Amino acid sequence: MDTKVEFPVTDVAKLSVRDLNFYYGAFHALKHINLDIPEKKVTAFIGPSGCGKSTLLRTFNRMFELYPEQRAEGSITIDGENILKSRQDVSLIRAKIGMVFQKPTPFPMSIYDNIAFGVRLFETLPRVEMDERVEWALKKAALWNEVKDKLNQSGSGLSGGQQQRLCIARGIAIKPEVLLLDEPCSALDPISTGKIEELIHELKDDYTVVIVTHNMQQAARCSDYTAYMYLGDLIEFGPTSELFMKPKKKDTEDYITGRFG
Amino acid sequence: MSATPSTAGFIRMDEARLSKHRRRKAVNGVALTLSMGAMAFGIFWLFWILFETIGLGIGGLALSTFTEMTPPPMADSGGLANAIFGSLVMVGLATFVGAPIGVLAGIYLGEYGQKSWLGGTVRFINDILLSAPSIVIGLFIYTVVVAQFKSFSAIAGILALALIVIPVVIRTTENMLTLVPHSLREAAYALGTPKWRVIMTITLKSARAGVITGILLALARIAGETAPLLFTALSNQFWTSSLTEPMASLPVTIFKFAMSPYENWQKLAWAGVFLITVGVLALNILARVLFRHKN
Repeated sequence: MDTKVEFPVTDVAKLSVRDLNFYYGAFHALKHINLDIPEKKVTAFIGPSGCGKSTLLRTFNRMFELYPEQRAEGSITIDGENILKSRQDVSLIRAKIGMVFQKPTPFPMSIYDNIAFGVRLFETLPRVEMDERVEWALKKAALWNEVKDKLNQSGSGLSGGQQQRLCIARGIAIKPEVLLLDEPCSALDPISTGKIEELIHELKDDYTVVIVTHNMQQAARCSDYTAYMYLGDLIEFGPTSELFMKPKKKDTEDYITGRFG
Repeated sequence: MSATPSTAGFIRMDEARLSKHRRRKAVNGVALTLSMGAMAFGIFWLFWILFETIGLGIGGLALSTFTEMTPPPMADSGGLANAIFGSLVMVGLATFVGAPIGVLAGIYLGEYGQKSWLGGTVRFINDILLSAPSIVIGLFIYTVVVAQFKSFSAIAGILALALIVIPVVIRTTENMLTLVPHSLREAAYALGTPKWRVIMTITLKSARAGVITGILLALARIAGETAPLLFTALSNQFWTSSLTEPMASLPVTIFKFAMSPYENWQKLAWAGVFLITVGVLALNILARVLFRHKN
C-alpha cells in the first residue's frame, strides 16, 4: 500500500504523526501512518470497523499503555515533543490531550465533583474559583442550563446525552489543548447527537479536536479535515469537502459512496 | 385454503409447527417442575431449621440471658452475657484486623497483579485458604500462638477468625473490582489521574457496596465458627475483657452446652443458637440491602 500521504494541511500542525506503527501483540494494527493534525480544527477519522481509527486516536494520549501487550513505534509530536518517547509523566500529557469515550462514563460522584475531579488533580483552587470553573465547563459543554439546579446530584442520574456532555465538560475543565473524541455519539439518540455536533463546532475555536466516527455524515457535517483509514493504513487525508466531493483514491470513493464498508 | 377447522379464538397454524410447539411446552413443563421441586426441597430444610431454632430458642430466651454469666450445671439461673460479649469482641476485632488486609490484597490482585506471576500465585494460594477447613486454621493458630505462649487467649481466637476473614474479603474485593467497567478506569486515566487515585476515588468507590457486602458476609461466616475457637480462645465461665485470657464465645458455649446432659445448659444452648441465627440472618439481609441499593 502506498504509505506516502501528502499533507494538504495549510493550517499549523498541532500533532504530527510520523511513521507510526502499532501492534496488538503480534498483530500489526497501524502501518506507517504519517499525518498532521491541524491546530484549532476538527479532524475526523473514518473507515470501516477494525481499520485502526480508534487505535490511532488512543496513541495520542498513550492510552494503549494501560495494556502491556500493546505497543507503538514511530513518533507523534506535540509542540515539538515526541509524546511516545517523552520523559514527561504520562499524566501531564493526558491532561494536555483530553479524551471522551464512546460510552458516557460519569464517575460515581456528584455532577459538580465529576467536573472538579480532574481540576483538583492539577490545580488547587479556592471554592469560588472552582465554582466558576465548573460553571464555565458546563456552559462550554452546553449542559449548564439543564443541571445548574442539581449540581449535587449523582452524574449517573443524567440521560445518556447529558452524561456524554458531562464527560466533555469534564475533559474541558482541565483546559487541555487537544480533545480526542472516540465515537462520542454512537450510543446517543439523534437529538443528543445534534447537540454534541453543535458543541464540537464551537469547541474548535479553542481546541484542536480529533473525532473518530463510523458515521460518514457526521464526519462530513462537523469536521474540517478527514482521514480515511482501511486495514491499518491511512488511505487518504485532506480537507473534508475535498475528500467527500472528489476523493483522490478509488478506495475512498468506494467507501464514502457506500459501495463497501 | 386448508380444510382444517379452526376453533374460534385460535389463529390457524401449520400442524407440524403446532406439534413441535406442544413438545417444547411439555419439555418446559417438566424442566420447570424439576427445578421447582429442587428449590422446594432446599427451602423445606431451611425453614425447618429456622422454625426449630425459633421455637426452641425463644423458649430459652430471657432478660437474664443477656445479663448473667454462663451458669454451672443444674443451676436455677444464668445467661450467656460473657459468651455474647466474647463473640462480639472476637468477631469484631477479627474483622477489624482481617478486612483491611483482605481489601488491600484484593486491590493488589484486581488492579495491579491482574496477569502477573505473583498475582496468579497469590490468587491460587488464596483459593486454597478460602476452602481450608476452619479446624485446620484453629490447629495452626494453636501451634504457633497458643502452644508458644502456653495459654489459650482471645488474641489467638481473633487471629484464627481473621485468617478466615482474609481470603473471603480478598476474593470478593477482587471480584467486585474486576466488575468495574474498564471504560470508567480509562476515563479517569484520560484526565491524567495517577493510578493510586484512580483506584481510591473511582474503582474502589464504584465497587464500594460490593466490597462492604463481602466484609459483612465474612463477618457472618465467622460469627458461627466453632472449630477455630475451640483450640484458641477456648471458653471461659466468667466475664473477661482481657485479650490474653481465654474468652467465652457463643459457638463454643453452644457446643459445650448442647452436648451436656443438663437441661438448663441445653436451654441456653438453644437460646445461643437463636441469637447467632438471627444475627447472621440480619447481617445477610443488611448485605443484600446494601448491594441492591447500589444496583
